[in-house]
Amino acid sequence: MTSRGCESDHCCQQNPNPVVKEKGDCKKDSDETSKGELVISVFDNKNVFELIRHIMDPEHPLTLEDLKVVQEDLIDVSDEQNYVKVNFTPTIPYCSMATLIGLSIRVQLLRCLPPRFKVTIEVTPGTHNAESAINKQLADKERVAAALENIHLITVINECIPARSKG
Amino acid sequence: MPDRITGEMSVEENKLEAIQTLNKHTGRVWHVSWHPEGKTFASCGEDRTIRLWSMESKNHWVNKVVLTEGHKRTVRQVSWSPCGNYLASASFDGTTCIWDKKAGQFECNATLEGHENEVKSVAWAPNGKLLATCSRDKSVWVWELVDDEEYDCAAVLNAHSQDVKKVTWHPNSEILASCSYDNTIKLFQDDPREGDWACQTTLEGHLSTVWSIEFDKAGERLASCSDDLTVKVWKQQDHVWKCASTIEGFHNRTIYDISWSPTGCLASAGGDDGLRIFKEDTDNDETTYKLIAENKQAHTQDINSVAWNPVDPTLLVTCSDDGDIKVWHFE
Repeated sequence: MTSRGCESDHCCQQNPNPVVKEKGDCKKDSDETSKGELVISVFDNKNVFELIRHIMDPEHPLTLEDLKVVQEDLIDVSDEQNYVKVNFTPTIPYCSMATLIGLSIRVQLLRCLPPRFKVTIEVTPGTHNAESAINKQLADKERVAAALENIHLITVINECIPARSKG
Repeated sequence: MPDRITGEMSVEENKLEAIQTLNKHTGRVWHVSWHPEGKTFASCGEDRTIRLWSMESKNHWVNKVVLTEGHKRTVRQVSWSPCGNYLASASFDGTTCIWDKKAGQFECNATLEGHENEVKSVAWAPNGKLLATCSRDKSVWVWELVDDEEYDCAAVLNAHSQDVKKVTWHPNSEILASCSYDNTIKLFQDDPREGDWACQTTLEGHLSTVWSIEFDKAGERLASCSDDLTVKVWKQQDHVWKCASTIEGFHNRTIYDISWSPTGCLASAGGDDGLRIFKEDTDNDETTYKLIAENKQAHTQDINSVAWNPVDPTLLVTCSDDGDIKVWHFE
């Protein structure tokens, strides 16, 4: 994982006017998280979405749900087969923060999902011009593991993940 | 997954049985490596420790030694010298430690520094005088033992375009092999004409990261495994290494490691938690590999490493993200 992407301060406001999801939509499920933790017996795309929708975008003071970077119907879950796949949609096709966003989603799921799950995080097809390079990095668990030992990077990621939903 | 088992021998006729589960490590265990005599193996992982395991009584392995003072981050790989007196460890902290037992117990008496970031792999040449390391910095380094505890960098090889995952040596000639996130395998030799180490061959064919490579005991076959879900076996034809077989359709997630048995069986393991054993099928004109044993849930999480005992063809070891090391009996 390149640490370059997050060490720079110039990353902010690459896309100054992102499309923001209408307020109201995101209030529906908030009861569950207000308790601080979720007790889930069977995982589906709804409760996996719940785990990641509050992650903050590194560029804007908005959540991944607000920016439609993550959406419930772009999450595929099979509890029985221990399978979770999340597609995320960068706000712009040249977003330099896409790998960091994907890593934040991976870290959050690593902390919240039982270890039996095999998690795949990929860019929604056709939404980023470095799609395959980002997908390959996010799938390389050795590079993810090394990145998570990078204190600077894990600090940035922790800032994106709201405290109440940390595992 | 479709049932791909063909031929007369069914998988059930071969027994692959876990005889012991060892769970001293905290967190992910990255690698296991046998001492050349096959009586001890080393393991390492996320907890930054190296553990040495020995057989105390039949089928009973005990953790005798814990080495904690060497590395500041994950220990990714360990490798025994051919003489068995040295142990090398590669770490995400960017260094490689050489441990020896001269003072009676294992101590780190040399630290190889130079890589810009995570060292992913370390391997001793069969003569015990050369050592290779590789890193996310895309380079492969060859180190030469010049004095008792002094290692000089003999070459920095910048042939790969990406993160280098593993280095390994040919068992009886001075060929160094490396594999990478750039999907290729490269073979290096000390070219007497140039007077320097250089990449002689690039093996292309894998469609994604090549995670591991290993020569068989005779040095006739090189096996590789990849994120493309295949294992390939490369052979020399008219002095050129070529892909002789592709084993596919068995693993359904990344294959992280492969290991040859002393008798030529090939074990593979990876992200689908499965351990599989293949044997070359020489009945046909075309060389194929037959699945002869498998355990689809050998661990409860990804298997990171599989290592066949170098002496005993019935014994192999695996380690996993689930924190366990398992000793397997195969017959």
